[in-house]
Amino acid sequence: MINSGDTAWVLISSALVLLMTPGLAFFYGGMVRRKNVLSVLMQCFIIMCVLSIQWVIFGYSLSFAPSKGFWGGFAWLGLNGVGFEPYADYAGTIPHQAFMIFQAMFAVITPALIIGAFAERMKFSAFLVFTLLWATFVYDPLCHWVWGMGGWLRNMGALDFAGGTVVHINAGIAALVTAIVLGRRANLEKNVPAPHNMPFVVLGTALLWFGWFGFNAGSALAANGLAVNAFVVTHTAAASAGLSWALIEWVRNGKPTIFGVCSGAVAGLVAITPAAGFVSVVPAIIIGLLVSVFCFIAVTVIKPLLGYDDSLDAFGVHCVGGIWGALATGLFASKLVNPAGANGLFFGNPKQLFIQLATVIVTIVYTVAVTLIIYKLVDLFIGVRVDEKSEVMGLDLTQHHERAYTVLE
Amino acid sequence: MKLVIAIIQPFKLEEVKEELYNSEINLITVTEVLGHGRQKGITEVYRGAKETGNLLRKVRLEIAVNDNYLEPTIRAIIKGAKTGETGDGKIFVLDLAECVRIRTQERGSIAIG
Repeated sequence: MINSGDTAWVLISSALVLLMTPGLAFFYGGMVRRKNVLSVLMQCFIIMCVLSIQWVIFGYSLSFAPSKGFWGGFAWLGLNGVGFEPYADYAGTIPHQAFMIFQAMFAVITPALIIGAFAERMKFSAFLVFTLLWATFVYDPLCHWVWGMGGWLRNMGALDFAGGTVVHINAGIAALVTAIVLGRRANLEKNVPAPHNMPFVVLGTALLWFGWFGFNAGSALAANGLAVNAFVVTHTAAASAGLSWALIEWVRNGKPTIFGVCSGAVAGLVAITPAAGFVSVVPAIIIGLLVSVFCFIAVTVIKPLLGYDDSLDAFGVHCVGGIWGALATGLFASKLVNPAGANGLFFGNPKQLFIQLATVIVTIVYTVAVTLIIYKLVDLFIGVRVDEKSEVMGLDLTQHHERAYTVLE
Repeated sequence: MKLVIAIIQPFKLEEVKEELYNSEINLITVTEVLGHGRQKGITEVYRGAKETGNLLRKVRLEIAVNDNYLEPTIRAIIKGAKTGETGDGKIFVLDLAECVRIRTQERGSIAIG
């Protein structure tokens, strides 16, 4: 039975989630040097084009067609059978295609998150092939396991409300893999790159925060109390994490920065994503306050210590924040918030924490392995990294023959 | 007194600054400029419209030195800026007629350091 309020909310949420990808483009684009800003915007925008098409042709079928196998299979190729009647196993009150297009936006933004790790040094052609293969062989199967009918992690009882595992841990760990195998950017030691446009970072964060209401509250797939809960805890966690990152900087470095508040807010949004439909507002504050501690340590202590060049901290924010969110869901989840969910450790069910932990480990193992294989294949046939001269001149000029800013007029 | 003007690759600025600092040359002025020599400009395309021979971004350093500091300055710039590729830049040396420190109105060699 189609409910017009639910349908309207899911359509609006789909548009909100779409806006997160350009938001991410500005968030990342502000952080790179100005010779590379267009390359980052381009990578984000072309993902919107390529993966939107992949999704309607076969991505949605591989992810969501009912199956107990590795993939969802090919039953819904080209949206065959995906019409305007509800598909009750996923969402009983909205047209099936509304669910499909909502999920499309998740499939778009997930590979875009990885851009942060290989920014400023990846060949555009290699990036395109890598992204298409990664979406097909990493995102689509994992999406099926966690969310699809018959998916084995779903059947095991894993809780992932809006994509902490499928989106953030998944993209974040793939980011670490690509950062390590691609190697550090040239001249990094002598020429520490400063973000070229901090207002872009702020603008991008604002768009992400705004779009995230669709990401999390939209994942209720209905305009109901659960959506409101997700909306409230999402906002609260982002606020707590932004504040907490600024306080950490103030104590440790002497001054709080806008870059810190933005990093914190995004980390908070990441961490609350798996938990948004299962926890109440006080746990949301705790999740937000603590995620900044973990991510701050990851990007300012662990990264320099190990020496990998995760250019824009896709791993440090999305994977680390995502793991904390997945585990926190196993701690704070409560059936009082969502009777269809489960209780966490603090509500008398320690088993849930182990299920969450197992899901995190499965995701990391699978994604690391397949990402590595895809990377090596692309490197073999195309070559992933640009030559050093192109890297020095910047990807905008050498990959796209454009530049973002003129010097004279 | 000499005025040293150097045109270098933008990404080499930090290394040149470090080398100058190691040679105790601390007073430099930096501007961003456009230009090209043998390393030809790159073609840009905007909605199909080609713009060829576009100028490349470079960094221009100006350093006023006393004569005994001239060679160390040149050596430091070369050490910091050289990659061996075309486009590494040039160093120009000019005679400097006068130098005045505005705060004290000191003139000549004493005003440079």
